[in-house]
This record gives sequence, C-alpha cells and structure tokens, in this order.
Amino acid sequence: MAIGFIIAIVLLMVITIAAANIYIERRLLSLWQDRRGPNRAGPWGILQVPADMIKIFLKEDWIPPFADRTVFVIAPTIVMIVTLLSFAIIPFAPGFMVVDSNIALLFFLANSSLGVYSVVLAGWASNNKYSLIGAMRGAAQMVSYEVFMGLSLMGVVMLAGGSFSMREIVESQKEMWNVIPQLPGFIIFLIAAVAESHRAPFDLPEAEGELVAGFHTEYSGIKFGMFFVGEYISITLISATIVTLYFGGWLGPAFLPPFFWFMFKTFIFIAFIILLRASLPRPRYDQFMAVGWKILLPISLINILITAAILLYKG
Amino acid sequence: MDILFIVSSIVAVIASAMAITRRNAVHALLFLIVSLMGVSMMMYTIGAPYAAILEIIVYAGAIMMLFVFTVMMLNLSVSPEDEKRKTGFKTWIFPLILGAVLLSIMAISFLRDPSWEGLHQVILPKHVGRLMFSHYLLPVELAGVLLLAAIVGAYYLGRTRKRNLHRYLQNQEDSYDTL
Repeated sequence: MAIGFIIAIVLLMVITIAAANIYIERRLLSLWQDRRGPNRAGPWGILQVPADMIKIFLKEDWIPPFADRTVFVIAPTIVMIVTLLSFAIIPFAPGFMVVDSNIALLFFLANSSLGVYSVVLAGWASNNKYSLIGAMRGAAQMVSYEVFMGLSLMGVVMLAGGSFSMREIVESQKEMWNVIPQLPGFIIFLIAAVAESHRAPFDLPEAEGELVAGFHTEYSGIKFGMFFVGEYISITLISATIVTLYFGGWLGPAFLPPFFWFMFKTFIFIAFIILLRASLPRPRYDQFMAVGWKILLPISLINILITAAILLYKG
Repeated sequence: MDILFIVSSIVAVIASAMAITRRNAVHALLFLIVSLMGVSMMMYTIGAPYAAILEIIVYAGAIMMLFVFTVMMLNLSVSPEDEKRKTGFKTWIFPLILGAVLLSIMAISFLRDPSWEGLHQVILPKHVGRLMFSHYLLPVELAGVLLLAAIVGAYYLGRTRKRNLHRYLQNQEDSYDTL
C-alpha cells in the first residue's frame, strides 16, 4: 500500500472514531448514571453528533479583545496536530502503519510533551485569571506525569530487546502480553496517560467547579471544538497506545483479522476511560501532585530496576 | 546536502532571529521552541534520530515549558522606554564579542575538516546508551551529582514553615513541612 493512502485512511479513521466517541461517551455515561442520554435526534440519538457539529461550526467564533490574538488562535491547533501526528507510529495491523521507526515510542513521548503547550498557551493567551490558573495546573500536571509515563514505558522497551519500534514491541508479545510481567508499569502508564490527556478524573486544568471552564473558558465555536475533539482523539490515542504496548496490539486468535483485534481492544479501553469519568471524583490538586511524585515515581523506578535485574539474570 | 537539512536550518536560523528580537517574552519563547524543533530536524537529517527526539522531549517539551511557566507566573510588563534603555548598544558589546569568537571557531573547524558533510551513518539509541555507560561514564555520573545538588537546593528553598493557628498546637510551630 502506498504511504499516502495509508495516511489518508488513518486520518479519516481517527477523526471518525473521535467523532463517534462523543456519542459513545454520552450514551455510556447516561447508562452508568442511570439516565437516558441523547436519544431524540435520529434512531437511538445517533444524529446527535452531526447536530452538535453543525452547531459548533455555525457558532460565532469570538476572540476576546483582551486576548493575545496570534497565540489564542495557535493554541487549539497544537493539540490537534500533536495527537494526530502520534497516530503515525501506531501499528494497526501487520504492514498497516504509517512509519515503522526505531524511535517510534520516543516520538510518541515527544508529541505528548509538546501537547502541554496547547493548554498552557490557551490559558495564557486568554488573559483571564481562571484560565491562567488552569494553564498553570495543566503545565505542572502534564510535565510531572510525563516523567512517570516515560519511566513506566522503559520496562516494555527492555522486554522488546531494547527497541523503541512499535512493531517490534508488538512482536515481542507473541508469547505473553506485556501486561502480565509489567503490571506496575501498565497501571502507572494508564494513570499518567489519563493525566496527560487531562481527562476526568484528572481534568484539573478545566475543573469546572472551581475554574469556570479552566484553560478554555474564553474559547467558543470551532476553536472550542478543536479542544473538544482533540480530547477525544487523545483518548483514542492513549487507548491505542496501551493496547500496542501492553495488550499485544494486533495479536489475537486467528479466526478474525488482526485489524479487528486491535480495534476491539482499543474500544474496550475507550469504554474503560469513559467509565473512569463516570465513576471517580476529581482529586484535589496538591493530593494529585503528591501521589505522582511520592508514590508513582518510586514505583516506576523500582519497576525498571527489577525488570532489568531479572532480564540480566536470565541472560 | 539534503534539502530537508537546508530547509530546517533556515527555519531554525529565522526562528532564532525572531526569538531575540521579540519584545513580548512569551512570543520570544515560542520562537525559541520553533528554533529548537528546527535544530532537532537538522540532527535527524544528518543521522542522529535519538539526539533529535531527545532535543524535543527535553528542551522543547520540558525546559522551555518551565520557561513559559515562569514567564506566565511573573506576568512581565515592561514599558518600551525601559526596554530600550536595557537593550542599548552598551549591553550588546560583550555578547557580541563572545558570539564572534564562537562563530569564528566554528567556521575554522568546519573549513579545516569538511568530513562532517558525509556524516550519514545512522546512530541508534543503543549506540548512544552503550557509549554513555562505558566511555562517557564519568561525565554522566558528574552530571548526576550536579543534578542531585540542584534537587537538594530546590528542596531547601522550597520548604515552608508549618503554620498552626490553633492555640493547642502552637508549640509545634518550629517544625517544617515540605510542600
């Protein structure tokens, strides 16, 4: 398959899944919260997403006069760019990935560390104190959780024979999925990834109970839509990454194609992240940071140490 | 020479020039980030993907983030007159001399040894790691000690005195609580 064709398919697929996530999330949340959810527009409310999109496209796109115009416009595009770029290294099936690079995992980390700028610049450019507080929280939260995210991934890299290539990581899980030998790493990665995409319960940068809407208080119309869709793309991204790194990627029983197994596992994790939002309250900001530095950092370091020791002992 | 190398180096140079001429601190930092990404692309095209990606993770992602964070917290608002006085010719002389020295050293070394142009072997993360923990072990350890000193210093500066407003707990006031 030509590379341009694959890129087009991946982009189309990811954006469709992100849009579908909006509907899936609202229906699943209502199921778990014992209410009906959107069920008026079309059969089972399935036209709710197109209706929302029409609304968000036609809404007045207002830039506050006190905002820093250029940075205000750039900020929402950053989250879209970095999350969509990260899909370049996700192996959907054997031979169906955009690039098979030997620094793929590091590329994912680099993109997620650049994603912080979206939150920070949006909050700063809005010139609004609630936005600024949200941006500061976002910066501190995402920079610290990036550390544990990177460290928790090193166990996976070691098990794949020291390779950062996503294809080789999937192929190294033929005997056993990484989630079994790397359970602590998986849990830390899951927490850090949810924190990194600032989803509930870790949506402290936009804590609506305290900060109006946090860093995107001043945003409206399609710019708000980009933050909104960017969040759903990043849920899809972290689900796909978790599946690739810890749950064997496309591997599965042979009666269904590898692509199906990848998508099936990814949707299970998307549903799991939605369940997290439905069931957990938001932690206080200082508690959240303390847990990160005092518990997750030592555990991830010990995890690296033990994994390396066992691998060295085995030879 | 690679066309990608030329394009990314032009981007890096223009972004650096914009970074030092902006009056708005956050805008300057954003151009510096673009410049770092340009440098990262240059490293990638000459066959150092690991160094390139670390440039983005460490410099563009973490260090520049802290810069932006600090500037945001300080909320700098400098009047234009004040700014002009600070950036007069006198303040430029010393950095200009240092920059000229560095530039001439670079030019001389490139002219003497043009072999860098043919540097097209790809250096993988494994090679870097192997060198770091064998040949360059001592500098790595020294850097580690330096960072440890920085952490201890930050801990010392960042500690706060615990305030107990309750009168029964007043005698505990001398204890320190860390953030």
